[in-house]
Amino acid sequence: MKKSNKIFKVIVIFFLVFLYAPALLLPIFSFNNSKVISFPLSGFSTIWFEELLYENTLHNALFNSLLIAISSTILATILGTLVARASTRYIFYGKRISITFILVPLILPEIILGVCLLTVLIQLGLDLNLWSVVLGHTLLITPFSTLIMVSAFNNLDISLEEASLDLGMSSFQTFRIIILPMVSPGLISSLLIGFVISLDEFIIAFFLTGVEPTLPVYIWSQFRFPAKLPSTMALGTILLIVSLILVSLFEYFRRRMELYNYYSVGLDQK
Amino acid sequence: MYFSEHNKKGWRLLGVPFIFAIFLLAVPIATMTTLSFWTQDYLTLIKTITLDNYKQAWFQPVFQTLFARSLIISLTVTFITILFAFPIAYYISFYGGKRKALWLFLITIPFWTSYLLRMFLWKVILGYNGVLNSFFEWLGVITEPLTFLLYNSNAVVLALVHGWAPFAILPIFVSLEKIDRSLLEASNDLGDNNLSQFFRIILPLSMPGVIGAVLIIFIPCIGDYITPKLVGGPEGLMIANMIQVQFSKANNAPLAAALSVTSLLIVGIISLLFVFLNRKYLRNY
Repeated sequence: MKKSNKIFKVIVIFFLVFLYAPALLLPIFSFNNSKVISFPLSGFSTIWFEELLYENTLHNALFNSLLIAISSTILATILGTLVARASTRYIFYGKRISITFILVPLILPEIILGVCLLTVLIQLGLDLNLWSVVLGHTLLITPFSTLIMVSAFNNLDISLEEASLDLGMSSFQTFRIIILPMVSPGLISSLLIGFVISLDEFIIAFFLTGVEPTLPVYIWSQFRFPAKLPSTMALGTILLIVSLILVSLFEYFRRRMELYNYYSVGLDQK
Repeated sequence: MYFSEHNKKGWRLLGVPFIFAIFLLAVPIATMTTLSFWTQDYLTLIKTITLDNYKQAWFQPVFQTLFARSLIISLTVTFITILFAFPIAYYISFYGGKRKALWLFLITIPFWTSYLLRMFLWKVILGYNGVLNSFFEWLGVITEPLTFLLYNSNAVVLALVHGWAPFAILPIFVSLEKIDRSLLEASNDLGDNNLSQFFRIILPLSMPGVIGAVLIIFIPCIGDYITPKLVGGPEGLMIANMIQVQFSKANNAPLAAALSVTSLLIVGIISLLFVFLNRKYLRNY
């Protein structure tokens, strides 16, 4: 038993190195004073970060991405909360199949979602703009929000709600004073994860964005220019740090929910 | 009375999200399927129903090659990833002690950093003037840059394994956590050694997690666009790249739709197969 334990530990450490080593290249080369991404390193420099300050297209793309991420995350969290509340509180006809249907984007390749939405928009003769991306991202994030909110509502003791109603509060008051504060860690988790997913999503945005680039679409376009490589690495470093902060916050709130089970799709568990 | 009350309140909550999903999911899939039976002549759509697109998508060697390659690459990625993920999930679940949550957190962090950038980094690492080549030259191990690293199917497999492995560990971990530890004690008491215990108890009981992981990896991989485009080269392109080309440059949306529907069918059939295997497997125990 002791020996096999050691073998596993070696595998885990090897795996973690494999997992993290590529990401470490981002900070290394974004502070490297050279136009080419290769060893040996030539010296410390912050010019690649400074270069980002003067890229107007980048600022525009960042603004677009933030707008899309904030709108679609809020929409998806509202939708996900509604689904989760219906799923955990009520028993009704067609529950299983309709909720499964809402979760379908989880198991569709993103390119299919992009192609489907694009087809509809073209057939309807609608213009492609940032709002079409918002719709696409809302569709993509809603299942994640739903799963997070289901575990938040599962944690909720139904007798608290019944007590509040018995003691004369209206159902709106009960929702605002009892339910909302108790599921708020879930809400915050859902907002954070939705934001990270939307900010990083490329293929749906690539299909639906029309002429306005989002941040990933902008980064994608930069890949073609070798001269832009170091500043793209610098941008990547910033993004890496931002996602690390957001995901750490997410982890903090998730722990506050004291749940590990939302990873497993357990909609009907009570 | 009670039940109809639930019906009313349940659907009042679910109504909006359900209608949203109908309009953004059911309607688009139906539209795409319809489009796949039409044809396009330059810019005009010919709305007579025909199977021409499917004949092309299924029988032209270009598309057959792409479908086969996408299938082989994503199955390989899935297999390698599970092979990696299982021992790690096992280690965390059985030897993680109090630090289980920390281990899981460490493993999932990379998954939430930009997928686009992570895939791009592989291009930087494996390229002709890339990190690996320049590093080896600097060390003096090689004199000429290695060219077999980038722009082939293997590079795609490597990058995809790196991209999806973190996500495979979670479902396996969850199913390992659910195993009643007293079953393991019982099997030890009754004379099982570690190996037979693994195959007779741990593996069968963790099968739902393994199947979950298989689906979580296989589905996004087969439809991946970014990775083959960045590190695949012409020999490593996959079906998603062709769908995009048909949609934009080749300006043949109906063919793109037929290719998409076909991919969807492949994904559906293989997913059902795995779910079915899982059911059958579990019934025996």
